[in-house]
Amino acid sequence: MARIVFTQQLRRFTETPQLDAPAATLRAALEAAFAVNPRLRGYVLDDQDHLRANVVAFVDGRRCRDRVRLDDALRPDSEVHVMQALSGG
Amino acid sequence: MQDRAWAATRKGLFELRRRGANWAIDRTSFLGEPVSMLLAPQDGSARLYAALNLGHFGVKLHGSDDAGQTWQELAVPVYPPQPDGEPVGGVAWKLVQIWSMAAAGGVLWAGTLPGGLFRSADGGNSWQLIESLWNQPGRAHWFGGGYDVPGIHSICVHPQQADELLVGISCGGAWLSRDGGASWSLSSHGMRAAYMPPDQAGDPNIQDPHLIARCHAAPDVFWCQHHNGIFRSTDNAASWHEITSAPDTSFGFAVAAHPNDPQTAWFAPAIADQRRVPVNGALAVHRTRDGGRSFETLRSGLPQRDCYDLVYRHGLAVDAAGETLLMGSTTGNLWASADSGESWNQVAANLPPIAALRFG
Repeated sequence: MARIVFTQQLRRFTETPQLDAPAATLRAALEAAFAVNPRLRGYVLDDQDHLRANVVAFVDGRRCRDRVRLDDALRPDSEVHVMQALSGG
Repeated sequence: MQDRAWAATRKGLFELRRRGANWAIDRTSFLGEPVSMLLAPQDGSARLYAALNLGHFGVKLHGSDDAGQTWQELAVPVYPPQPDGEPVGGVAWKLVQIWSMAAAGGVLWAGTLPGGLFRSADGGNSWQLIESLWNQPGRAHWFGGGYDVPGIHSICVHPQQADELLVGISCGGAWLSRDGGASWSLSSHGMRAAYMPPDQAGDPNIQDPHLIARCHAAPDVFWCQHHNGIFRSTDNAASWHEITSAPDTSFGFAVAAHPNDPQTAWFAPAIADQRRVPVNGALAVHRTRDGGRSFETLRSGLPQRDCYDLVYRHGLAVDAAGETLLMGSTTGNLWASADSGESWNQVAANLPPIAALRFG
């Protein structure tokens, strides 16, 4: 079961489930989290279900390949981290 | 007399309360978060709306039914799935910012970057894209004015006819609907775009109104601070005529229309497009009381040396009586006037950049 973890920065806005999901792709893992908290979707994905420009997803330590398709393959023991890019002032 | 107002800033929503002749900052909400627009309670509803623009996590909309003590997250306008192929105007169907809000007849309107207008009939719990405007062939020629994409910054609903509204778009002109958004007509004839090739300067579809304000008591009268000057309409936006009598400069971003007197409006001038600072480092407000035939330059109480404040589109507000004004800059200075702009006092000097001010 792949594990998905969300940046702590999201927790002040909405529930961020940390869960183990039987997901074969990054998108499937995200959808498993959105099933727990539907409002989380709009914080991570934009209107077209693409990864938001200032959100980054790491799969086993590597940045996700395609922010549109989110089709990075997950192993049963993969770890997915959804983080934010640093910005602002 | 309205004794409450709101400031949407880059780092939170600030409640302002009148205290005698002055104003003071009261409660803060969303401290640290960019608030791009707010809508004060109106239209028979007690709900206060705040539109956030979380840089990482997108646009969010919150509502409060207790004047900001508690908030609930509402639904946010979402663009429909984008068709395959090159999008119209090269604009992705993704919500960038809620830039304007209005409410009338039980309907809530949200104007957005990248140029879509949304409607909610349930207080923000669900939204519908106004496709009749989004699918206008003219949208292919709109472009961004200060942003990468076009945006709706002004929504002027007719005070007696909730189904009639004018929207202002940078850079997409002004559009009028008389049927609640089912159909639209271009209503920016007479505006002038000096940033276009000369033979296109009069094209109403690519005009850059910075802000459009309507006179509540005389709703056929509109004022427009445009990128290239000041324009006014007295025929319900069927035509616009340029006002050239402002002293020193006609450039700026904001305009406030007197709610009861169609001859009066206030502007926040800056030198020019290429120099967006006060003339001579001295902040002033331009007021006309004769429909734009002449202007007064009002300075009392405003900094007159080394001042580089810029008042952005929604940073100048007038109350329902037409006597109290609030003016806020993108460098976090806030002023109030209790005498129609004759004199000003500073309310705060260290706020975050101010995006919008509203009474109520």
